[in-house]
Amino acid sequence: MSVKLSTRQVGDVTVVDVAGRITLGEGSSALRDALRDMVGKNQKKILLNLGDVSYIDSSGIGELVSGFTTVTNQGGQLKLLNLTKRVKDLLQITKLYTVFDVHDDEAAAVRSFA
Amino acid sequence: MRRGALTMGKNSRADTETVERFLDSTLESVDNAEEMALQEAEKAGVPEDDLHKIAMAVRESMVNAVVHGNRYNAHKKVRLSFSKSPAEFVVRIADQGEGFDYDNLPDPLAQENLMRHSGRGIFLIKAFMDDFRVRRLEPAGTEVTLVKHLVSK
Repeated sequence: MSVKLSTRQVGDVTVVDVAGRITLGEGSSALRDALRDMVGKNQKKILLNLGDVSYIDSSGIGELVSGFTTVTNQGGQLKLLNLTKRVKDLLQITKLYTVFDVHDDEAAAVRSFA
Repeated sequence: MRRGALTMGKNSRADTETVERFLDSTLESVDNAEEMALQEAEKAGVPEDDLHKIAMAVRESMVNAVVHGNRYNAHKKVRLSFSKSPAEFVVRIADQGEGFDYDNLPDPLAQENLMRHSGRGIFLIKAFMDDFRVRRLEPAGTEVTLVKHLVSK
């Protein structure tokens, strides 16, 4: 029901594979904690792979925005990869789609951090 | 899984069926309400494309009722009802909280609010439903009504 996060390193980019639901409660707090943890460890090039995210609610959107702000304020970059149609639609109607750097190809996304 | 008591099967109007439940002010109730919304909307013949939108609108409304309205108070309940008629599918969600100023909610699309952590729930509900109404309850509480038109093509 909730969210599953796993991280891997591709060069100096930390790719976070997110699966499940980013919703109020465990889902959004898990994402928040993971992003804070990464920034704390000086991992500031973060690519969130949302390909297996089935659902994001307004709380989840809030966490994406807060995560983006946190990472950016620390001099880092947070980018999004593989948005499902639902997530893309949500970011578009909330006018956030253009705020994020969104990619469909992981290798190109990783290269874009350089 | 506890879902609250089923209090009513059908109401008095011949062409409208209503199901009503009283739920605890918990996040589990939010998940349950969302699941019920999907099932009831499907039974009502809502097109598949709209099922997810209704489920999400119900989820956002339930979060508002549980978190902002009843503030997780164990003594306060959320009343949830689904009504279906040939013309529309209607969801009503009522809390026992202190209410909010619907007319003065910040616009989440305004440049100064775009990067705010919260404040998008009602905007999304309105985007996903055909009609959205807010009513103050006496002596306390807020009821929201979510409507999806069922257009026979």
